[in-house]
Amino acid sequence: MAQQVNEALAKQFGLSADEYGRVLAIMGRTPSFTELGVFSVMWSEHCSYKSSRVWLKTLPTKAPWVIHGPGENAGVVDIGDGLAAVFKIESHNHPSFIEPYSGAATGVGGILRDVFTMGARPVANLNALRFGDPKLAVTKRVVDGVVRGIGGYGNCVGVPTVGGEVNFHPAYNGNPLVNAMTVGIADRNKIFLSAAAGIGNPVVYVGSKTGRDGIHGATMASTSFEKDSEEKRPTVQIGDPFVEKLLIEACLELMATDAIIAIQDMGAAGLTSSSVEMAGKGDVGIELDLDHLPQRETEMTAYEMMLSESQERMLMVLRPDRQEMARAIFAKWDLDFAVIGHLTDTGHIVVKHNGVVEADIPLAPLADQAPLYHRPTSETPKRTALGAVADSVGIRAALLSLLACPDLASRAWIWDQYDSTIGGQTVKRPGAADAAIVRLDGYTRALALTTDCTPRYCQADPELGGMQAVVEAWRNITATGGKPLAITDNMNFANPEKPEIMGQFAAAIRGMAAACVALDFPVVSGNVSLYNETQGQPILPTPAIGGLGVLEDAAQAVGQAIAPGQTLVLVGETVGWLGQSLWLREIAGREEGPPPPIDLADERRNGDFVRGQILSGAVRACHDVSDGGLLIAVAEMALAGNTGVTLNATGDHGFWFGEDQGRYVLAVTDAAAVLAAAAAAGVPAAAIGIAQGEGLTLPGIDPISLTEAREANERFFPAWMN
Amino acid sequence: MKAGIVVFPGINRERDMAIALHASTGRAPAMLWHKNADLTGLDLVVIPGGFSYGDYLRCGAMAAQSPAMAAIRAHVARGGYLLGVCNGFQILTEAGLLPGALLRNAGLRFLSMDCHLRVERADTAFTNGYRAGEVFRAPMAHGDGNYFADDATLDRLEGENLVALRYATAEGVVTPEANFNGAARNIAGILSPSLRVMGLMPHPEDLVDPLMGGTDGKPLFDALAALEVA
Repeated sequence: MAQQVNEALAKQFGLSADEYGRVLAIMGRTPSFTELGVFSVMWSEHCSYKSSRVWLKTLPTKAPWVIHGPGENAGVVDIGDGLAAVFKIESHNHPSFIEPYSGAATGVGGILRDVFTMGARPVANLNALRFGDPKLAVTKRVVDGVVRGIGGYGNCVGVPTVGGEVNFHPAYNGNPLVNAMTVGIADRNKIFLSAAAGIGNPVVYVGSKTGRDGIHGATMASTSFEKDSEEKRPTVQIGDPFVEKLLIEACLELMATDAIIAIQDMGAAGLTSSSVEMAGKGDVGIELDLDHLPQRETEMTAYEMMLSESQERMLMVLRPDRQEMARAIFAKWDLDFAVIGHLTDTGHIVVKHNGVVEADIPLAPLADQAPLYHRPTSETPKRTALGAVADSVGIRAALLSLLACPDLASRAWIWDQYDSTIGGQTVKRPGAADAAIVRLDGYTRALALTTDCTPRYCQADPELGGMQAVVEAWRNITATGGKPLAITDNMNFANPEKPEIMGQFAAAIRGMAAACVALDFPVVSGNVSLYNETQGQPILPTPAIGGLGVLEDAAQAVGQAIAPGQTLVLVGETVGWLGQSLWLREIAGREEGPPPPIDLADERRNGDFVRGQILSGAVRACHDVSDGGLLIAVAEMALAGNTGVTLNATGDHGFWFGEDQGRYVLAVTDAAAVLAAAAAAGVPAAAIGIAQGEGLTLPGIDPISLTEAREANERFFPAWMN
Repeated sequence: MKAGIVVFPGINRERDMAIALHASTGRAPAMLWHKNADLTGLDLVVIPGGFSYGDYLRCGAMAAQSPAMAAIRAHVARGGYLLGVCNGFQILTEAGLLPGALLRNAGLRFLSMDCHLRVERADTAFTNGYRAGEVFRAPMAHGDGNYFADDATLDRLEGENLVALRYATAEGVVTPEANFNGAARNIAGILSPSLRVMGLMPHPEDLVDPLMGGTDGKPLFDALAALEVA
């Protein structure tokens, strides 16, 4: 590593000339190779949020139930009974294209660590996935690898994968999105944070040994893909869920004692970011002696050890008098435990290796003088109104086509590869309800969990699309009876240096913020993934939202399955909005028009009404109306309950397939009472049909048997993948 | 009835098993870390599901060679009951406590779904909560649940009436379609000749609460709650 450190090398490391100048000013000399590596990863987009910070700051992050908002490893909210939910969503997009299995698997591993590092036992995993055109062979390979990777890691580590979403669009052909979310449960008074404290206290490394895998992963995640992406395979890490399982148990066992002062996982930028952030947050210095670092390979340099993204590693600051007790716990679990340094009063990070000081950087300017960009933005032009679109195929054919299309086809092929029941608390499994329901072991209380985003809306109108993503998550929780509490966001966008992309980002944040305020649904954690474009092709703007809600009694949760004799009541206003609808794309072959508008006051009123009816016991099943519109929602409820529906409402293709927002279908036994309550609350509601028979019956249309509908709905994935 | 759950590193369904045993027996089973598993005084030992040692070698192969197996064999030798579920079943076959092996699922994918099990004999300590021929539902969650043995062994198992459970339709018909993982002769669970060791792939412990979708698995644990080693 006798490479000369200069501006050209800094550029290779992803630092601009201006940023390198800033490094020189801070250091007052030419940095060492290792020091340049530290600056480059800490100031990468992935770690510094340099393009997004100015916008993220505008999101609402507070509510009486929020214990820790953004800034910690994960968000923490009070869920009652003295418990806290700890949760976050995070992307692993770039690695998942290069190496789908390992990219997705380590994505799951990384987000699990963000959650258990705060003292929470992980109880649920979810994901939000976007893939390219199913007609391409590469898409099939990526889907197969990502699904196997998520299952391979989650199943082995023993955390149920209970929910998620999958979309397809050619804009993701060269850049799929893999966003993984973990939810954990902790004692609300025993949350572990990362701020180091106590000069002289030992800095302890636990978990897997360090190898050369993933070096500069954070930098890779901060650039666009060109043709050479295959050559970046060495920057993808390999996960070991077995070690992660041991690490979870060992850390939780240690967390039950009073040994830990601070703890952080080694995620992106590995030992560099964990040590710099822990010391920086605690306003102390830190000295590391890499001679003591557990190593998997020989002859590793300080640079390699500091930048390695080997998985399943944690860094802790311990009380010195508890060090040996902690060592014994990790010995029990057969995990490495090494004191690799101590806290100092110098305000510097000092890295020694073989008796040589390889890095000595002042921490305050490394953090405070990190680049912050107000990048230029340009507004996405408003789409012109759609105008009338003729129905060329009829309701029956459109329903069967939509049920079979990749974006609406049954996801059972995917879910069936994820262990969703481990833990014995999964009340509503994937597909059973609008949000997954997971009871808390030993309590009647349950969590309602969902991930949502409609990227085609975001592309057409980023502000409305950002708003809709938040609203959809809120609605999905509401449709189970859950009280929505907070969200985590995964902002997946293309190159922020292009004003139209930065404009999408800013607009999406505006829309999200408005929805968060109107719905009392703050952002408590999140992740930004930029430069999602390959050879100049940007992804659709995708602000994926992970939503968390709570039910005081898990038994009150409702799913989608209807039963004979129930009346279906449509809540909300239907005008028949076809702009950006799946009907328009799949049947008319057009991706046009503005997406459906949202009235946040109506959303709130309709949703609060629906939740109230569910909790009063008046509702047997509920499903929100979203992708594909009303008839798709009804068909999904019929398939879930294996019960037909006789619909008495009449309307055109806009009525049946329009995607007007703020709507729910309720299955009730006393329709008159529900309709009266709706009228009293000023909520639009109408009875639209009865659950009965063997198929879907609409006025003037040949009945569609459940068998035919099910065959259409279940065809896509098995036919494509097997 | 005193039960203990042996936990090898990578085992991950130990808490599910503890919940089911606790619900049926009224007391929490002992959780026994493999390094210091003392099985004295236990009526029932359970090896639950998971990925012992990561299952990076053949599933269960590492745990089967673990020092803790000596205590487990001694428990069986003195007449104790032993239940292996999923990875526990794989470990018992690798250890030679039950015959056969669990191969990769026929479709080569991990399968997480409910299956239906037909009770082949109901006169054992494990199955006497059901009637012979009764069908119950249980979640399955495994990548390697495809039971295999040579024909002579399968014939002997059937001849000696040691097949406990078979994959079947909800109506109790043993069909290829109901046999998701491709197991030989639809075998989901088998017994030792002493009838004191049982291994099965599915997870009745995850279906003991109506809120989780049913209580089909509960009779198995209710039956175990009643057993006592003579």
